[in-house]
Amino acid sequence: MAKSVSRSKRIRVLPGFKLTLGFTLFYLGLIVLIPLAAVFWKTTTLTWPQFWQTITMPTAMASYRLTFGASFLAALVNVVFGLIVAWVLVRYEFFGKKIVDALVDLPFALPTAVAGITLAALYSKTGWIGQLLEPLGIKAANTQLGIFIALTFIGLPFIVRTVQPILEDLDPELEEAASSLGANRWQVFWRVILPMLTPALLTGFALAFARALGEYGSVIFIAGNIPMKTQITPVIIMGELDMFDYGKATAIAVVMLVVSFVLLLTINVLQWWTNRYNTNNLA
Amino acid sequence: MTPAATTFHTPHHVVHRHTTSEPPFVRRALIGVALVFLSLFLFLPLVFVFTQAFAKGIGFYFETLRDPNAWSAIKLTLLAAAIAVPLNCVFGVCAAWAIAKFDFPGKNILLTLIDLPFSVSPVIAGLIYVLVFGAQGWLGLYLNADNPHFPWLQNWLNDHNFKIIFAVPGIVLATIFVTFPFVARELIPLMQAQGRSEEEAARVLGASGWQTFWRVTLPNIKWGLIYGVILCNARAMGEFGAVSVVSGKFAGRRIRFRCTSRRFMTTIISPAHLPWRRCWRFSRSSRSA
Repeated sequence: MAKSVSRSKRIRVLPGFKLTLGFTLFYLGLIVLIPLAAVFWKTTTLTWPQFWQTITMPTAMASYRLTFGASFLAALVNVVFGLIVAWVLVRYEFFGKKIVDALVDLPFALPTAVAGITLAALYSKTGWIGQLLEPLGIKAANTQLGIFIALTFIGLPFIVRTVQPILEDLDPELEEAASSLGANRWQVFWRVILPMLTPALLTGFALAFARALGEYGSVIFIAGNIPMKTQITPVIIMGELDMFDYGKATAIAVVMLVVSFVLLLTINVLQWWTNRYNTNNLA
Repeated sequence: MTPAATTFHTPHHVVHRHTTSEPPFVRRALIGVALVFLSLFLFLPLVFVFTQAFAKGIGFYFETLRDPNAWSAIKLTLLAAAIAVPLNCVFGVCAAWAIAKFDFPGKNILLTLIDLPFSVSPVIAGLIYVLVFGAQGWLGLYLNADNPHFPWLQNWLNDHNFKIIFAVPGIVLATIFVTFPFVARELIPLMQAQGRSEEEAARVLGASGWQTFWRVTLPNIKWGLIYGVILCNARAMGEFGAVSVVSGKFAGRRIRFRCTSRRFMTTIISPAHLPWRRCWRFSRSSRSA
C-alpha cells in the first residue's frame, strides 16, 4: 500500500510521461506497425496452397540457403576478426590507432550502393584485389564468395562497437587475480575474459546476422544475381515487384519478416542478459 | 605443503611476466592481423572510392556535380534526410524520456517494437509502403469501386492529386522507416544508466519540466544524441534498397544516376560521419576522470 503510494508520487515528480509515451506510440504505430500489418493483410489474398507454393519454389529455396549461409558465415568471421580488432583498439598502442578507430564506422557511413559498387570494382577481374586473386583461380565478383565479402564488410562495425565498451570497462583486477593464482595468459583469456565478453559477442553476432539477412544495396552489384546461384532473397522479392506480382512478393517477405522477428527477440533477450551480467559484475 | 609453496612462488613469476598483457610477439601479431583484415575490407574500398571519384581530375568531379540529374538526386537525398532525421530525433528523445524516466507495464515489448525496423530488410521496408499507398493498397489512388478501404481518405488524396508511391513522400517515408531506431537506440541505454535523480533534484528545486530537460538532461545526453543523429543521417543518405522500391525502381537509368551522384557525395559527406564516436568517447572519459 505504502509502496504503491510512493511509487505514484515518484512518477509525478517528472513531467511529460503521457506526452512522450503518447507521441512514441502514435509515431511507432503510424510509421512501423500499421504498414507492417499491411504485409500480413496482403497475404490473406493468397490461398494457403498458393502461399506455400510461392515460398517453396526452387529459386526461393535456393535464395534462402544462400542468404542464411552467407550471412551466418560472414557474421561468424566478423566475430573472430571483430574481437581481434576491438582487442587491439582497446588494449594496445600503435601508430594511427585513432584513425583506425574512426574508420571502423565506415560501413555505417558509406551509402550501401556505393559500398556495393566499390567492392564489385575492387574484386572484379581487373580490380585491385581481383587481379591478385585471378591467378589463384579464385573468382569473387558474381559468385557466392562476393556476397560473403559484401556481408562481412557490412557486419564488421556491429561486433566491434558492441564488444569495445565491454572490453574497456573490464576490471583488470580479475585478470590480475587469475594470473596471480597461476593461470597463464591464454588461460586468463579463455577462462576469464572470454566468458565475460560472450553476451556482447553473441549480441554483435545477432545484430550483424540480422543486418546481413536483409542487406540489398551492397550485395546486388557484386553478386551478379544469377538465379539459383547468386540470387539473395531480397532480390527475389524485388523481381516479383518488378512483375507487379505483389502477392508473391509479400509471401516471401512474410518468411523473411518472421525470421527477423525471431532474431530480434533473440537480440533483446541477449541484451537483457548482457545488462544483467554487467550489473552483477558491478555489484 | 605443496599448495603453500606454489602460492608463494607464483606472484614472483607473474610480476616478471607483465600479468595483464601479452608477450610482444603476440601483440604485434594481433595488431598485424587486425590491420590486414581492416585494410582488405575497409581501407582499400575507401581509397578506391576516392581515387575513382578524382580519377579524371578535380574539374571533371565538379563537372559531374553540375549534371542536372545528379544534382536533383543529391537535392532529393538531402531533402529526405532533412525531414527524416529531425523527426526520428524528436521521436528518439521522447521514447528515451518515457522509457528511461518512468516505469510502466509493457516496457520491454515497446523496446522490441522500436528495434523492429532495424531487423526488417530495406526491400520489405519499401514493400510495406507500396502495399499501403500503392495502386491496390489501403490508401491507393485509384479507387477500386468494388473494394474501397477508406473512401473519404482516398477521395481526398485523389482530389488533391497527392502522390506518395513513386514520388517524393514515399522516398521520405521509406527513409524514416529505415532510420527509425537509430537515435532511440543510442539514447535509451544512456538515459537509463544516468538514472532519474538529477532531474528529480531539479524539479524539487523548482525548475519547470522544460528547464529540467534543457538544463539537466540535454547536457548529459548531448554526445549520445549527436552520435545517434550522425548514424541516423548516414543511413538516411545511404539507403538504397527501400528507396529504390518506392521511387520507381523500373527506371534503371534513374537509379544509376542516383548512384553516381551518391558516389560523389560520398567523398564529401561519408568521411564527415566518421570522427564523432571518438569525440563522444573522449568526452565520456574526461567526464568520468
